[in-house]
Amino acid sequence: MGSKRQFRIWRGDETGGDLKDYAVEVNEGEVVLDVIHRLQATEAPDLACRWNCKAGKCGSCSMEINGKPRLGCMTRMSTFEETETVTVTPLRTFPVIRDLVTDVSFNYEKARETPAFAPPADVAPGDYRMQQVDVERSQEFRKCIECFLCQNVCHVIRDHDENKQAFSGPRFFIRAAELDMHPLDAKTDRKEYAQSEMGLGFCNITKCCTEVCPEHIKITDNGIIPMKERVVDRRYDPLVWLGNKIFRRGQVPQTSATSGHSSGAVTAGAAHGGVHSHAGGSHDSSAERQAQQGVNWQREVPHPTAPAVDSSGKLPLTELTFDRAAAPSPFGDDVEFPLPPEHLNFAHPQQDEPKH
Amino acid sequence: MTETRIERHHYDVVVIGAGGAGLRAAIEARLAGKKTAIISKSLFGKAHTVMAEGGAAAAMGNVNSRDNWQVHFRDTMRGGKFLNNFRMAELHAKESPQRIWELETYGALFDRTKDGKISQRNFGGHEYPRLAHVGDRTGLELIRTLQQKIVSLQQEDQREFGSYDARIRVFAETTVTELLLDGDRVAGAFGYYRESGEFVLFEAPAVVLATGGVGRSYKVTSNSWEYTGDGHALALRAGATLINMEFLQFHPTGMVWPPSVKGILVTESVRGDGGVLKNSDGKRFMFDYVPDVFRKQYAETEEEADRWYTDPDNNRRPPELLPRDEVARAINSEVKAGRGTPAGGVYLDIASRKSAEEIRRRLPSMYHQFKELADVDITKEPMEVGPTCHYVMGGVEVDPDSGAAAGTVRGLFAAGEVSGGMHGSNRLGGNSLSDLLVFGKRAGGHAATYTDQLAARPAVSVAAVEAAVETALAPLQRDTGESPYQLQQDLQVVMGDLVGIIRREGELADALGRLAELRERVAKVSAVGGRRYNPGWHLALDLRNMLVVSECTAKAALERQESRGGHTREDYPAMDPKWRRVNLVCSLDGDTVRLTHKPLPKMRPELIGLFDRAELSKYLTDSELAEFDALTEEANN
Repeated sequence: MGSKRQFRIWRGDETGGDLKDYAVEVNEGEVVLDVIHRLQATEAPDLACRWNCKAGKCGSCSMEINGKPRLGCMTRMSTFEETETVTVTPLRTFPVIRDLVTDVSFNYEKARETPAFAPPADVAPGDYRMQQVDVERSQEFRKCIECFLCQNVCHVIRDHDENKQAFSGPRFFIRAAELDMHPLDAKTDRKEYAQSEMGLGFCNITKCCTEVCPEHIKITDNGIIPMKERVVDRRYDPLVWLGNKIFRRGQVPQTSATSGHSSGAVTAGAAHGGVHSHAGGSHDSSAERQAQQGVNWQREVPHPTAPAVDSSGKLPLTELTFDRAAAPSPFGDDVEFPLPPEHLNFAHPQQDEPKH
Repeated sequence: MTETRIERHHYDVVVIGAGGAGLRAAIEARLAGKKTAIISKSLFGKAHTVMAEGGAAAAMGNVNSRDNWQVHFRDTMRGGKFLNNFRMAELHAKESPQRIWELETYGALFDRTKDGKISQRNFGGHEYPRLAHVGDRTGLELIRTLQQKIVSLQQEDQREFGSYDARIRVFAETTVTELLLDGDRVAGAFGYYRESGEFVLFEAPAVVLATGGVGRSYKVTSNSWEYTGDGHALALRAGATLINMEFLQFHPTGMVWPPSVKGILVTESVRGDGGVLKNSDGKRFMFDYVPDVFRKQYAETEEEADRWYTDPDNNRRPPELLPRDEVARAINSEVKAGRGTPAGGVYLDIASRKSAEEIRRRLPSMYHQFKELADVDITKEPMEVGPTCHYVMGGVEVDPDSGAAAGTVRGLFAAGEVSGGMHGSNRLGGNSLSDLLVFGKRAGGHAATYTDQLAARPAVSVAAVEAAVETALAPLQRDTGESPYQLQQDLQVVMGDLVGIIRREGELADALGRLAELRERVAKVSAVGGRRYNPGWHLALDLRNMLVVSECTAKAALERQESRGGHTREDYPAMDPKWRRVNLVCSLDGDTVRLTHKPLPKMRPELIGLFDRAELSKYLTDSELAEFDALTEEANN
C-alpha cells in the first residue's frame, strides 16, 4: 500500500539551517501535509509547521514545495513521480522562525495600514441595499484566505527586503480594490491611496500572484490592473513612466497643457498594450472632448488575450520554471514595439491643423 | 523557576480564542472602553469558524416575510429536542438579525436578494429560508469581517493614542495553559507564545472563553488541531461547570479515506441523488437496518428502492435516506462486524449509479472538492465514508443573558461552541454562526460591565504562576515518557471506538477505565526539542485538556440512559421525557470529574405557548403536559 518516498525538508531557524533528508512512508491519496504530520509523529516530533483546517480554507500551511509556493494540504503526493525527491522549504520572502514556520507579521502590519471599510453615514444597519451583480466584484477578493502565497511570490519584495516598507503587496491591493468596488463604501480615494501609500506603482503585472492563488482570484486582471488603469496620479508608476518613454510623451505637448491636469489615466491605459482605456478617465471634460476628436474609435484594438499557459493550464512560474531569464513582458508576449499607430489612443493637439 | 522570563501584560478583558465568538466579544469589550487582549492559538484570522459553509441563521424575513423570531425559536428548540436553555434560544432568535445587519456596517458582503437585501437560504430544520450566506464560504466572510473591524478599531486608536495596540491587541499564536484566580475571582491567564516558547502572563479581572470545541479527541473529525477543548478544561480547573457534554454532533458520512480528506463531510444529497452504501462484500446493507417504526415508509428490495428515484409516488424511499442517526448506526454496525473498508468505513457509491456527466452536473462542489483535495474521482470510484465528529453541543454552563460561567468562579465568561445550553442536544445548521455573534457580543459586554463593578483588581499570586510554569515545562524536562502523538492517537481510538456515535453501557465503562490509564500516561508525557515553535511540546500540553474533557463526555454519556439528539445509546434507544428535565453537570473535584443532575430551567408561559400540544406531548412528561393544559385553559378563560 504505502511506499517510501524521499523528502528533503529545511530544518533550522533564523541563525541558519539546511535541508535534511527523510525517507517517509507515503500512502495513496495523501498530500504533503499528511507526510509532514507523519514525520512529526515519527522521527521529527519537533518539526515546526503551521496548519489548521487541512481543507484549503484557512491558508495556514503555506510552504514552498519543489520551489513552488503551495499550500501543503492542497498538494497531492500523486502529482510527483514515485522516484522524485520532494523538497519542502519555508516561504522565502518572510524571515524564518523555525523549520517551515516564517514570521508573516509583515502582512498583518500592512493590513493595519490599509484603511478600513468606511460605512455610509446615513444608512442604518439593516437598510443596506446592494445588487448581487455589484457585490460580486468585491466578493471575488473576499474569497482570499490570507495564505500570503501571493505576497511570497511577488518579486517586488521576494528578494528585495528594502521594498517592504513602501509596498503592501498583492493581498492588500485586492483589499483596496475590494473596498473601491464596494457599493456602499464611503471612502472615495482608495485607488489614489493604493498608488501613493501602498506602492501599487511597484507592481509590473507579471501575474505571479494570480498564478499561485489557491482560491483562483484574478488578482492582477480584476484587482490590480483596474486600479492602475484608473488611478489619477501617474508619477510613481514605472509602467506609465516606461510607456511615456516608449511613446515619447515627454516630448509631445500634452492635452494637459491646456487643462493643467494630467490625462494620465488615458495614457496609462494605452501603455498596457491591448487593454485600452475608458474615455473619461481624466475627469477633465475639455481635455476629454479634445482627445475624442482625434481618436479613431473604429480602430482595431487587440483583444485582451489570456495569459500563455503551459500544459498544466498554469502560467509558467517566473524564476524557476520559466523558459527565459527575467520576468515576462508586462505588456504580454504578443505585443511588439513600436506599437502600430492605429492602435494608439492618442490625440495630437495639432493633428487637425493642415500639414505644412 | 524564578529565573524563567515571563512577559507581563495588564488588561481589563482577556478574550481567549479568536474565532467568531472571541472576536465579537473583543469588539464589544473595546467598544465599552476596556483595554482588551485577544489570544489566538493560530494566526489572526485562521480560526475554525472559516470552515462554516452554510450560513448564519437569522429570522430577518428577507425571503419569506412570515419568518420571525418566534418561528426561529421554535425551530431551535425542536432541533435541540427541547433540551436547550430556552432563554438562550430566545435571545438568539431575537438578536440574530441585528447581529447580521451590524456585520454589514463592518463591511461584510452577503449574497443579495433581487431587491438588494441579504439573501437567505433553506437549511435542514429551519421552517423558512433563513441562512444569510456568501456562497459556501460564509464562515470565512464572518471571520474576515470581524478581523477587519478589529483592525479599524485599532486604526481609530492609532489616530487617538498613536498606537494600534493602545486598547485592543491581538496575541497571535499564543496558547493559554492556565487561568489564575484570586480566591474565587479570575485574576489572569498564563500561557506561552508558540513561536518563541516564551511565557506570557496576562493580569486581567475578566476572561472570556471562546475556544471552540473538542473534536481533536476523535479519530475522524472535521475539526482542526486547535479543537482540543482548552476552554472547557480551563473553565473546569477554574471552578466552573460544564453541561450537556454527552451531546456531540456526528455526521454519518464523512470521508475516511484517503487520509488527506479524512473527516471532511460528504453532503447528504449524494445519497438523495442515488448514491448507495455498500459494505466490503459489496452488499447494499441498509435494507437490513430499517427499524420497525420506519418499515412502512422504506423500500424492502433494491428494485423498489431504485424505482423511487424516478417515481417517488408509487414506490417507497431507499433506506439510504433514513435519518442521520440511523444511517450512522448502520455504518457503525457494519464496521464493527468486520465488513468495513480497510480505512474503517463503508463504501458510498454513486459512480456505478449515475453517468459521470450527471454526477458532475448534480454535485459540482463534491466533485471538485474530492478531485482537488484528494484526487478522488467520484464519477469513477466509490467514496469511503464513516461518521465524523463535527460539533460539541455541550460546554461551559453560563448565565444565558450575560454568558457568565456558573460554578464557583467569578469574572469568567464563555461564548460560542465552548459554551453549553444554547443548542440543547442537537444543533441546527446555521445556528452556530449566529450563536457566535449574539453571545459573543453579550459575553464581551458583560465582561466589561463586570470589571466596572469590581472595587479592587484581583491579584495574581506568584505561587500560582510558578506552578503554571512548572506544569508547562514538565514535558520538556522528561525524556522517559511517551510521545504526545502516540498518546493522542490512543485517546482518539478510545473516544472514536467506545464513546463514538453509538454508545453502549459496557463500552462506556470500558472507555472510562482506559481514560484513567491514559491519564497516568499523559501525566508522564515527554516532548523532545526546545521551546521554540515545537509542535510536539504544544500537543503534550493540549493533551491534558483533551483528556479531562473526554472524561466528562464519557461519564455523562454513561449516565444519560436515553437517546436524544447527539447522544445515542443502543441500550436505551428511545427518548425519555424524564431525562429531558435533567442537565448533567460536570465539575472538577481535585483531579476527578464529578457529575451531578440539575433540573432544566422551566420555559416561560408565553414561550411554551408557541408550541402545539401534539408536538409537546412527544417531549414532555405527563405532569408537565398537565401544567401546559392548565396554562392554555387559563389563557382561554
